[in-house]
Amino acid sequence: MMTTTSAVSFDIERIRADFPILDQEVNGRKLVYFDNAATTQKPVAVIEALMNYYRGYNANIHRGIHTLAEKATADFEASRRAVRDFLNAPSAEEIIFTSGTTMGINLVAQTYGRHFLKAGDEIIISGLEHHSNIVPWQMLAGEKGLTVRAIPVLENGELDMETFDTMLSDRTKIVAVNHASNSLGTVNPVKEIIAKAHAVGAVVLVDGAQASSHLEIDVQDLDVDFYAFSAHKLYGPTGIGALYGKRALLEAMPPYMGGGEMIKEVTFEKTTFNDLPYKFEAGTPNIADVVALKTALEYINSIGKSTISAYENHLLTYATEQVSQIEGVRIIGQAKEKISVLSFVLEGIHHQDIGIILDQQGIAVRTGHHCTQPVMDRFCILGTTRASFAFYNTIEEIDKLVAGLHRVKKLMA
Amino acid sequence: MTINETQDEIIEEFELFDDWEGKYEYIIDLGKKLAPFEEQFRTEDHIIKGCQSRVWLHAELNGDKVVFTADSDAIIVKGLISMLVKVLSRHTPEEIINADLYFMERVGLQQHLAQTRSNGLASMLKQMKTYALAFSALKN
Repeated sequence: MMTTTSAVSFDIERIRADFPILDQEVNGRKLVYFDNAATTQKPVAVIEALMNYYRGYNANIHRGIHTLAEKATADFEASRRAVRDFLNAPSAEEIIFTSGTTMGINLVAQTYGRHFLKAGDEIIISGLEHHSNIVPWQMLAGEKGLTVRAIPVLENGELDMETFDTMLSDRTKIVAVNHASNSLGTVNPVKEIIAKAHAVGAVVLVDGAQASSHLEIDVQDLDVDFYAFSAHKLYGPTGIGALYGKRALLEAMPPYMGGGEMIKEVTFEKTTFNDLPYKFEAGTPNIADVVALKTALEYINSIGKSTISAYENHLLTYATEQVSQIEGVRIIGQAKEKISVLSFVLEGIHHQDIGIILDQQGIAVRTGHHCTQPVMDRFCILGTTRASFAFYNTIEEIDKLVAGLHRVKKLMA
Repeated sequence: MTINETQDEIIEEFELFDDWEGKYEYIIDLGKKLAPFEEQFRTEDHIIKGCQSRVWLHAELNGDKVVFTADSDAIIVKGLISMLVKVLSRHTPEEIINADLYFMERVGLQQHLAQTRSNGLASMLKQMKTYALAFSALKN
């Protein structure tokens, strides 16, 4: 079946066939998976890449001289180049493999932050951040006597950029914001934030966990200093991600963890550290998942980001229209530019009750504070129900969500 | 009624439902009918924080029996609480400590007691047993 919309023509049946997990029943109903902002499902190609690695050429990389080690090393480094291309980074040496976005942020906080910031310096984050882009900076601030300030959030879920202008000063040393909000979907004006931060001499880290699967990412065009993302939100495996950093910064930063791989020479008196990117990759890395990350990126590229975002926007627009019509619904987060995240509250009904009753109908949504308690505090709510869409979702599934919500209301009445 | 007799009674009640909707309608109804929670106990000391919903639990000794009262801001959790209170309240600390709770599994609600941090109910059950332990220690 071809789903044709004014914006896109998309062979949804073919796409869905690539994701075996979608073809199952949950509580006796066909699964509707709307928790993509938490993690995305994996196409067969990614699952096979993991299997092929372990079945065919599992070996430790970089030092082995046997054939398997060479193939594993070649695939591992090919993935680094795929990430470079995915982010349009200048070079593969500026791509550090991490366990995910959280590790990327902690790496920057604990190396760049700890080395270059001093008491009295300021870190600016935003009121839309995930806890993973708040807590690492608070930990650093506590240790070094820094101040962490947050850009306020406007009623529609956008950042208050006028206030941001007034917060910047020569005390600002790091600005850390997400490219898109996981709880509201807001796409932040990161290019503008980066330019303004640079004007006062601050470096900028962008948390790309949510944006990377929806938007074109060009770290050179953004002129961003650090960009972190996670593979599992990009149809790739869990436990792997990457951090892009500008070469000059990465070279100036001390290593994060000590161990094998990150060294050149070790004596008991002195150790010299390895070159980029290995300086930041201590120990045997997550080889299989790195290899499969490349497959995930190839899969995304085969569909095309512009096709993906056009289709997902179509889903978001339809879902917003339909869900808004349900009496008692209040959409939280109505930014002009959003990724396909629909967060809402239903008057008089607790989000957990909504989640439980939707699950009974086979519909998977996320309920709660989405690891963004400050966002919930901002809107004076305890949590929301969040439906987040991927390109394998359909209009029919959104209709099931709407019917499911009506059933929730009927049961709770 | 013993703890197990109350559990068996609940299991019997649930046998009347042949679909999830009936079952949840019943739980929601139990939630609505749960005795009001005394406002003086709605404090930080009595709250059990889950990732999703909040649960308040109060326990006191009445003679040699522990009496539980509880509340939640989510109605399904409130219904489940109502069953836990019905089963465990007004028993001696020893009976509560040694109780084997099988009714949740038998009525197909085991997932609500799963040990995830989103779940205040599992913490509540643990807290009920902790109260019983404390009362038991106090007595001896």
